[in-house]
Amino acid sequence: MAKNNNSHGLSEKTSDIILVVITAVVLLLVAYPLYYVLVASFSNPYDVYAGKTFLLPSQFTLDGYKAVFADPNILTGYGNSIKYTVIGTIFSVTLLYISAYPLAQKDLPGRKFFSVFFIITMYFGGGLIPTYLVVKQTGLVNNIWALFLPGGVGVGNMIIVRNYFQNSIPHELIEASEIDGSSKLKTFLRIVIPLSMPIMAVMVVFSMVAYWNDWFTALIYLPGTEKAPLPLVLRNILIKSSASASQAATISGGYAELNKITEMIKFASIIVAAAPMLIVYPFVQKYFEKGFMAGAVKG
Amino acid sequence: MIQIAFRNYKASKGIWGSKWVGLEWFERFFTAPTCGRMIKNTILLSLYSLLWGFPVPIILSLCINQLRFPRYKRVVQTVLYAPHFISIMVVCGMIRIFLSPSGGLINLLIGKQIDFLTESSAFRTIYIASGIWQDAGWGCIIYLATLSNVDTSLYEAAKVDGASMFQRIMNVDVPALLPMAILNLIMSAGSLMNVGFEKVWLLQTDLNKATSDVIVVYVYQQGIENAKYSYSTAVGLFNTAVNLILLFIVNTIASKTSEVNFV
Repeated sequence: MAKNNNSHGLSEKTSDIILVVITAVVLLLVAYPLYYVLVASFSNPYDVYAGKTFLLPSQFTLDGYKAVFADPNILTGYGNSIKYTVIGTIFSVTLLYISAYPLAQKDLPGRKFFSVFFIITMYFGGGLIPTYLVVKQTGLVNNIWALFLPGGVGVGNMIIVRNYFQNSIPHELIEASEIDGSSKLKTFLRIVIPLSMPIMAVMVVFSMVAYWNDWFTALIYLPGTEKAPLPLVLRNILIKSSASASQAATISGGYAELNKITEMIKFASIIVAAAPMLIVYPFVQKYFEKGFMAGAVKG
Repeated sequence: MIQIAFRNYKASKGIWGSKWVGLEWFERFFTAPTCGRMIKNTILLSLYSLLWGFPVPIILSLCINQLRFPRYKRVVQTVLYAPHFISIMVVCGMIRIFLSPSGGLINLLIGKQIDFLTESSAFRTIYIASGIWQDAGWGCIIYLATLSNVDTSLYEAAKVDGASMFQRIMNVDVPALLPMAILNLIMSAGSLMNVGFEKVWLLQTDLNKATSDVIVVYVYQQGIENAKYSYSTAVGLFNTAVNLILLFIVNTIASKTSEVNFV
C-alpha cells in the first residue's frame, strides 16, 4: 500500500491538478457571462459596448436599477410574478403530495390504472391549440388560474415524490403509527410530511423556479399588460429592445439619454429577474442528488 | 379536441358542428413551400443538440466526482447549476446582448462587428451552445447521484492494483454511468421532434429563418397568431405522432437494455 502510494504519488497529484484546471475553466465559462452582465449593470453602457468592463464596472452607477424600479410595467410584472409564484407553488406542491401519496400505497385499488393515467400525460398532449381551446371554453382565458390549472401536477415530479415515499420513509414507522390508532390522514400529516421535508424542499424550489420563469403560458392565456409576469415584460426590453412609453415620457435628456437608459435597464433587469432564484436554490442544493436518487429508482 | 385537426373548425359551429374535411389540413401542410425546411430544421436542430449536448454532462460529472476538495467541489456544482434557474427569456436577452454587432461581448473578443442573429449559419451554434451553457451543469445531477452510489471499495481495490486516477475513471466510473447514460440517450431520442419553442421563437429573426424555421414555432404562429385552429392542430398532431412513434420504438429498446426505469 505504502509503496503504491509512493510510486503513484506524483501522478495522483498531477491528475488532481488536471481535474481542478478543467473544472476551473468550465466554472469560468459558466460564471463569466453572468458576472459580465452584473458588472455591466453597474456601468455606463457606452463603456460596456466599448469593451471597458471585462472585469470591473466603469463609471459606477446605480441608474440602471433606479430606472428599473421606477418603471411601472416592470414593477407590475414583478408583483405579478411574486403573486403567481406563491399561489402556483402552494397549489402545485399540494397537488403533488395529495396525488403522490395515495399512489405510493401498494394496496391502493386501481393503483396501476391511476399511475398510467398520470404518465400518459407526460408523453401525449393534445397539442397547443386543442389545449388552448379547452382552456378558452372553460372560460379561463384572462383568468390567472389558467397559469396554474392546466399544468398543476408536474407528473415527472409526482413520480419522484411517489418513489421517495416508497423508498425513503420507513414502512415500520407508518405501521407503528397506525397500530397506535392514528387515522391514515393523521399518519400522513404527522409522520409522512415531516419525514419528507428534503423532497418537499426540492419540489418547492422546482415549482418556484418554474412559475417565476414562466412566460409562455401567460403569453397565450393572459393578454394585456396588467397581468403580465416579469419575463413577459422583459420581452419588450430585452428582445424587442424598446423603451416603454412611460420611460420616454419621463426622460428629458432627448434621444441619446433615452437610448442610454434603455441599455442600462437591459442589464439591470436581467439581474433583477434572475437574482431571486439564484439566491434560493443553493439552500436546497444538497437535497437535489439525494432526492433524484431516491426518486429515480423504482420502488 | 384533437379531432378538429380533421375538421374545418369554426367557433360558431362548435366542434361537432364543424365540417369534416379528412386529411385536407395535413395535405396542405405537406404541400406548403416551407414544410420540408421546417421538418429538416426541427430534426437537425435537436439531433445536433443531442450530439453536442449529451456527452458534456457525462464528462463533467466524471471530473467533478473525482475532485478531492469538498469545498471546491461544492462551489463548482453550485455555479454549474446556476444557469438552469434562469428564465429562457433572460437567457435570450443575454444572448442578444452578447451577440450585439455594436459592442456585444463576442464581437469585442473577436474584434469584429458581426450581427450573428441575422446569419442563418450561426443560428444552430447559438442555440446549441447556449443550451449547453444553461443545462449541462444541471444534467450532471443524475450522473453525480449515480456515481455517489459506486462502492468505494472498488476505488480502494483499484488503487491497490496501482490504477491511476484516469484508469479508475475509465474502469470504475464509466461502467457505473453507462446504464444511466444509455437510458438518457434513448429517452432523448424519443423526443427528437421536441424543439424548445421558447428559445427558437425569441431568437428567430427574419434573416435567420433558413435554419430557425421549425415546426413548433409554425404551430404557434398559425394557431395563436393567425387563429387557424384546425390547420395548426393538424401540424401539431403530425409532430406529436412522429414523436410518439419514436418513443414507442425507443421505449421497447430501453426496457430491454436497461434496468433503470422511471415509470
